[in-house]
This record gives sequence, C-alpha cells and structure tokens, in this order.
Amino acid sequence: MGILEVQNVNKHFGGLHALNNVNLDVKKGSVHAIIGPNGAGKSTFLNCLIGKLAPDTGSVMFQGKPVLGQKPHQINQMGISRVFQTPEIFTDLTVFENVMIPCFAHRDGSFVLNAWKKVKGETGIREQAEQMLLDVNMQDKLHMNAASLSRGDKRRLELAMCLAQDPKLLLLDEPTAGMARADTNATIDLLKHISETRGITKVIIEHDMHVVFSLADTISVLAQGAIIAEGLPEDIKGHPKVREAYLGEAEV
Amino acid sequence: MLKYNDKLLMLVFTILVLTGPIILAPFGAGYPDLLQRFVIFGILAVGYNILFGLTGYLSFGHAAFLGVGSYSTVWMFKLLTMNIIPGIILAIIMSGLFALLIGFITLRRSGIYFSILTLAFAQMSYSLAYSVLTPITNGETGLQIRLADARILDAKNDSGSLPSTNLFGLEMNDTWRTTFMGMDLQFNVGFYVSAFILIAVFYLSIRIFRSPFGLMLRAVKTNQNRLMYTGINTKPYTLAAFVISGMYAGLAGALLASMDPLAGAERMQWTESGSIVLMVILGGASTLLGPVLGAGVIKYFEAIFSRINDNVLHEWFDILPGFLETFMVWIVHPFVGKGWSLTLGAVFMIIVIFLPGGLMEGANRIGKRFVKLKRGSADNAKTPAE
Amino acid sequence: MDAIFLQVLNGLDKGSAYALIALGLTLIFGTLGVVNFAHGALFMLGAFCAVVTRKILTLSQITLDPERTNFLGKPLEIKTAYVELWWGDVGTWMIDYSVLLSIGFAIPVMAIIGIVMERGLIKHFYHRPHADQILMTFGLAIVLQEIIKAFFGANPIPQSAPDAMGGAMDIGILFGFAEYAVIYPYWRLVYFVFAAVVIGGVFAFLRFTTFGMVVRAGMVDRETVGLLGIDIDRRFTIMFGLAAAVTGVAGVMYTPILPPNYHMGMDFLVLCFVVVVVGGMGSLPGAVLAGFMLGMLESFSSMNEVKAVIPGIDQIIIYLVAMVVLLVRPRGLMGKAGMMED
Repeated sequence: MGILEVQNVNKHFGGLHALNNVNLDVKKGSVHAIIGPNGAGKSTFLNCLIGKLAPDTGSVMFQGKPVLGQKPHQINQMGISRVFQTPEIFTDLTVFENVMIPCFAHRDGSFVLNAWKKVKGETGIREQAEQMLLDVNMQDKLHMNAASLSRGDKRRLELAMCLAQDPKLLLLDEPTAGMARADTNATIDLLKHISETRGITKVIIEHDMHVVFSLADTISVLAQGAIIAEGLPEDIKGHPKVREAYLGEAEV
Repeated sequence: MLKYNDKLLMLVFTILVLTGPIILAPFGAGYPDLLQRFVIFGILAVGYNILFGLTGYLSFGHAAFLGVGSYSTVWMFKLLTMNIIPGIILAIIMSGLFALLIGFITLRRSGIYFSILTLAFAQMSYSLAYSVLTPITNGETGLQIRLADARILDAKNDSGSLPSTNLFGLEMNDTWRTTFMGMDLQFNVGFYVSAFILIAVFYLSIRIFRSPFGLMLRAVKTNQNRLMYTGINTKPYTLAAFVISGMYAGLAGALLASMDPLAGAERMQWTESGSIVLMVILGGASTLLGPVLGAGVIKYFEAIFSRINDNVLHEWFDILPGFLETFMVWIVHPFVGKGWSLTLGAVFMIIVIFLPGGLMEGANRIGKRFVKLKRGSADNAKTPAE
Repeated sequence: MDAIFLQVLNGLDKGSAYALIALGLTLIFGTLGVVNFAHGALFMLGAFCAVVTRKILTLSQITLDPERTNFLGKPLEIKTAYVELWWGDVGTWMIDYSVLLSIGFAIPVMAIIGIVMERGLIKHFYHRPHADQILMTFGLAIVLQEIIKAFFGANPIPQSAPDAMGGAMDIGILFGFAEYAVIYPYWRLVYFVFAAVVIGGVFAFLRFTTFGMVVRAGMVDRETVGLLGIDIDRRFTIMFGLAAAVTGVAGVMYTPILPPNYHMGMDFLVLCFVVVVVGGMGSLPGAVLAGFMLGMLESFSSMNEVKAVIPGIDQIIIYLVAMVVLLVRPRGLMGKAGMMED
C-alpha cells in the first residue's frame, strides 16, 4: 500500500486527451520522480492532485482517503503541500511572515478567528518559523520583503513554507527550472538533506535528468498523457521506450 | 509599519482625539457638528480599512451598512428609549447580519466582480429604502422621531417638544463653552461619546492588524492562491473581515443618528460608498492612522469649501488687478461652495494617479528623504575616518 | 394581451439604451481590460452634446417690439434665432431636427473625448491593479458630471423630438389589437431602430473589416497580437474612441425620452454594469441580449398587476436577476468559460 495511490485518472481538454488512464503508486518515504517531454501532462497531473483541476474519471487516494472532490485547502490539510514551478509566495509580506503563515495553518487548521491575539506573542510559531528559515539557510533575510528576493531565494522560501507545515507528501514542480548549475546543486543537496532528516515522501516533476537521477528512488515516465515506463533509475536509463519519447529532447 | 510603537501610537492618538476641540479651534473647526463628523467618519473609515486595507477587496456598498445602522437606531429611539445604547447595539447587530448576508453572496467573486456586486447590492438597498420598504424607512422623507412614538422605557414626555438623544441622562447636544486666549472652545457631549468609541474601535483595529487573523487577511491580498494551497480556507477570513467592517459602518450610522435622530435613504447611495473609499485612499489604505486622517481632511475641507462663496473669493483675490480678479474668481468658483464635489473628484483622481498610498505614503516619502539627507551627511563625515 | 404587448414595446427603448451603453462598456473591457466607471459620464456627455447643439441653433437676435408691452410695461422682446434669420425655413427645420443634427456634432466630439481620455489617463492604468482603475475612473466620472453641473445647472433640460417624430401612434392596430389599446410614442420606435442600426454597424465593423479582426484577436490574446508586429495599442485607442462615440450618440438620441441632467450617467452606469455582468463580461452579443432582456423585465415588473403582487419589484428586479445569474451561472449568459469564474 502506497501513501498515494492514483488509479485510472483521465482528463480531457476539448479533443486533447491530456491524461490517459494514469496509475501511480507512491511508497511512503520514497522520492518518486515523474519525467516526460514537454506537454506530456505532468503539470496537469499535479494540478489534479492538489484540487486545482478535477479529472474526468479515476480515483486518487491519499493514506486511504479520497482526494478528489476536496477543496484545495482541505487537500493541503490532509498533508499534501506543493512547490510551484514559478514560486508562489506572499510578495507583500516579509520572509518571516511568509513562513509563519503555514505554521499557523498547521497549528490552527483552515480557519480560526484569532483577531485578538498578537502575532508577536506567538512564541511557538515564531521559533518554528525561525528554525525553518535556518534550515534553508535564509536566517539572515528574515525581515526582507519577499518581493525583493532573488529567484533562487524565492524558491527556497517556498520550499521552507511547504516544509513548515510538516507535510506527509511534498509535490515539487520542476524545483530547479531556470536555475544555474551551482544553484541546482545546492537545491539537490537541500532536498537530499530534507529526505535524510525528515523522511517526507516526495513526488518530483523534473526536466533536468541530473536532478532526477541524483534524487529519485523510483521514476515514472509520462508521455502523451500516459505512463509508458516505471522503475528504478537504472532501469529507466536504458529503457527503449523512454529513449524514443525523449528523442532529441534531452540527453538520457 | 511594525516599527511604530503601538502603545505610543495609541497614546498620541487618544490625546489628539480628546483634545480635538482645542486643537482644531484655531482652524475654524472647533464646533460640535464638525467635530462629531470627524470622529464618526473616522470610525467608518477605520472599519472600511479592515476590509479594503487588509484584504484588498474594494467594496462599493458600505454606505448600505451605514444606512442600516441609522435606521435601526432611529427605530430604537421611536420604540424603546432615547438612550443611545440600545440603538447602537441594535445597529451593530443588524448591520452585522446584513453584512453577513451580502458578504456571503458577493464574496463568491473577487476583484472587479466583487466591486460590481457590492455596488449592485448597495443600489438595491437604496431602492428598497427609498421606496419599497417605506413602512420601515418612511421613504423619501426619511425616518424621524415623533412625539407620539411609544418609547416604552422612557418616562412620559409632557413637555410638548421632541426629546433629545442621551446617554443615561447626558444629552448629546449639551455643550460646555468657554473662551480661552480669545478662542471659543466648545466641549460637546456627543463628540466625547463618539470620541471614546473611536478610541476603542481604533484600538480594536490595531489588535486586528497585529493579530494572526490580520496576517491572514494581508496574505489574502497578496496571494490568495498560495493561501489556499497552504491549507487556509480564505472565504471565512474575508467574510469575517467584511462583517467586521460592516459592523463598524453600522456603528458609525448609529452615531450619526444619535447626534441627529433621523435616517434617510440618501445616506445609502453608492456615491456615499465612493466617498468612504476616498477617505481611506486619501489617508492611506492599509495604514492604521491614514483612514482617520483621510476622513478628517475630507470632512474639514467639505465644511470649509462649502462655506466659500463669491464674496469670499473676491476678498481673496482683491489685491489682483480687476480683470485678473474676475478671472481667478471665475476659475475657482466651480470648485467651491456647491462645487465641492468637483474638488472631491479631482482630488480623488490626483491621489490615485500620483500618490496611491495616500497622505501617509506622502508623509513617509518626505520622512525618508529627510532621513536620507541626514544619513548622507553622517556618512560623508564617517568616510575620511575609515 | 395588449398590456403585455405594450410592456414589450416599453421595454424596447430602455433596453436599447442599456444595450448601447453596455456595448460600449464591453468593448472597452474586452479590448483594454479596463473597468470604466466613467462610462456613464460618456452617455451623459452625449446627451449634453444635444443640449449644446440646440443652444447654438437657437442663439437669437433680440429685437424690441415697441407696439406691444410685457407685463412690466416695457417693450416686448422678440427672439428670433439667427439660423431662422439667415436661412428662413431651412433654419426652422434645423432647429426642429436639432436632435438628429447633434448626432453629427456628437460623434466627432465624443470620439475625441474618448481618445483623449484613453491617451491621457487610462493608458497609464493598464498595469495598475483593477482597484486603481475603478477608483480613477470613478473620480473622473465625478469630475465630468460636476463640470456639466457647473455649466448647465442641476435641473433637467427638456429636449423635444422633431415635430414629425413627436406624438404617438396607435401601433396596436397594426398587430390586430383594438383601437387605442396600444399607443406608443414615435420617438421610442425611432430610438429602437436607431439602436438596432448602431449595434448592427458595430458588429459588422468588427466582423468584416481587418481592423475589427485585429481588435477581436486582441480581445482574445493581446500579447500575441502585439508580437505579430501589429500596433495594437493604437487600434485600442481608436476602439476607445469608437466606444465613446457609440455611447455618446446613445445619449443624444435618448434626450427626448429623458431630459438630460448631470447625474443621469451615474444612474445608468450601475444598471449597465449589471447588464454587462448578466450578459457575460467581455461578450458583445451577451451585452446586447442582456440589455434588451433586462429592459423588458423592468417594464414588465412595473405593470400594476405585478406590483400588486410584489410591491416595488420594478425597483429591484434587475439587481435580483443579476444576483441569481451570478450565483447560478457566474460567467453570465454568454460569457466565455473561465471568465469571471475565479
């Protein structure tokens, strides 16, 4: 039994069959990468997992509970967090406030009317947020406005926000897209570190094979909306169907 | 914003408000009617800012809550007592319920659609108050107190004149006058009642701004999507903000009726809602002090500008040669007196175009420049030593 | 039956006005993505173009008639319009038809006002938040209406339709009803026909000209069209001018029905927003359809039979419908999927 079980998910956009009977079984504590050429349906798939899109048919179970039909905030409260391809952060708030919000969400749930307490008095939350920022090496940027961060820092901040919720499953949508080599490596190290210390299950969508092979335990290959291969990294590397799908796309 | 010391802010604010009749007397604004308006519209603006300043939801319907508050209060004056307390309580409850209903529907949309929906709702409330609900609102004439009203809690009134609103016997229109250094000072009961309420609700708004709830509202403004994917149900947060600000408006409406016990439909027109927005924008949305400042500035200039007529203008431009004088009077004339709305509209545009952060941002900019100049010279002094 | 027919007709002229204003509003929202709160003011300015035209045409020479005296015992002043002095009957005819003539005056004036508005103000707000756009145009609307108030006063200024188109006709007979059952003013028919022509014209313009094609493409995806090397900005400016002119002439023609006053723009604006939202934000056919529909609905709900059941329903029916539509079908009657559904 995996922590996340996806069965026969289909999604059509007009005439386009974006997801074609997708099945996926993510084991608890593993890092599961989904790779595939552009337009293979990777992002559509992730959007179905977090409630942004509703698939036409199929079922998605998380820890034995159905995910489909739940609202985004409910899915998140079940323990699924997502890092977006372009960092989604609160640009008008400070870095510190950005991380405090998921801490509150984790502690208080999806709604609580605490209009009388002071944020300053929430010692527990503040310590938690500080620790989180320390973990991603951003402790010196605590009171900076999030809008003024560099692209790499924004990604790290978003990661910190997701981790602050102590999720059971972390979805990462191309966490290194558009990064320089050095930043990419730093991100890989950070993600590895998180895996070692926290043991959060992760689903990663990635283009960069270097990243995939450094992190993933299992790889699924998505092409034209269908899973065409699945297995250990070594198996996938030499898989003929994968080579075919990727012809001219990237070096495998 | 967090840098300000809130206790100091609260202290200064309290002192400024309570000494209003003295401070404002030299500016010709020290009379009860205007002072009351400063404070009451200050409450309204502070409340509106909890919605607009924090969440960014631009409501064009808050005048409706103001109206609901006034009607509720006048009804209490008619049925129960001329004591303002029951009226105020009912006004807050009614406007809160009304806001809950309107907010529940309008908050299904965001951005411009929310604005248009609140606009439609406000206009509908106006039509209802103006004609449909005449038994409750007394339509065009407006709701007034009468001698024949029940007022079951009050002692029988045999004086033959209309009773006045009071707080446990303290009459709202009681004024203690004195002359100090040649200035006529007027200390009015109604003003002080409203002023204490303003101080209380201003404190409440500081608490909301500084609370986790306030943090969530600010997060709604910057990235509602992220907040949803962070496990926060944004709807109850925005709805709570909407209801709270609606209750502030209801309270302001109740106080308006307490100072002058009548309620009319024109208080609910959407241009009134527009002028609430203007107060907040002018002072500086999402700042604490801005809305009160904006309300004060607008009510002050409204009072001053409306009083200026052509004779005053001719006096002003008296030193100019004849034709220039006539010309200047001709230019300025449409902006003053009955043309106050024109000035208001023009100020509105200028603020939105050049100073979207309002007067508070302007003050900040000037302050920063000043600090920079100082720091610049300090740095220069330091350089040779290093 | 005849009562229903009469209400259909009554709904037509109001519906025409709603449709025309909503059409302009939608053109601007669709092309520029700007919510224009000053749009009602354009309608009002159009109406005042008619007032100005009539004022100019009736500028009069004053002569004194010593033979007759007025009630103060002074010689009677006789006013004769200059156009009548110069051109005789032609002049009289011009004054009579001043509403129609003022269309010729209003189109260029309104187009220029629209273009100046877009270039001078609205252009700078494309990348600002919608709230700022709303607030700025709201301020502009106040300024425009107050300027008009300063020049023309607060009272409505009645305008008359040309004599030949004044009065009413017994339209019921044409449709087989009893005599005098359905009496309908000529001018309202004229207004309906006029609105139909203008709406048809705008649609044909967008459908069959290259200019219209580019604009329609721009409504779908502004950036891509810009990348094709087409100067979309300039076309959108012209579009704004066009929308202003359409709204302006709608105002001109409406003057014999509703004497223009300075706040008529604001009165219509809120209703027309509702019309646009019901029709579907950004959908031109939706705006027209919803305009006529809501116009009819309003006139039906003002029937005494209806009012007897639900008093005052005519005052709020439009808002009620808007709310139901928004809750049941948020994108509006003909709105595109995804639009306004967030």
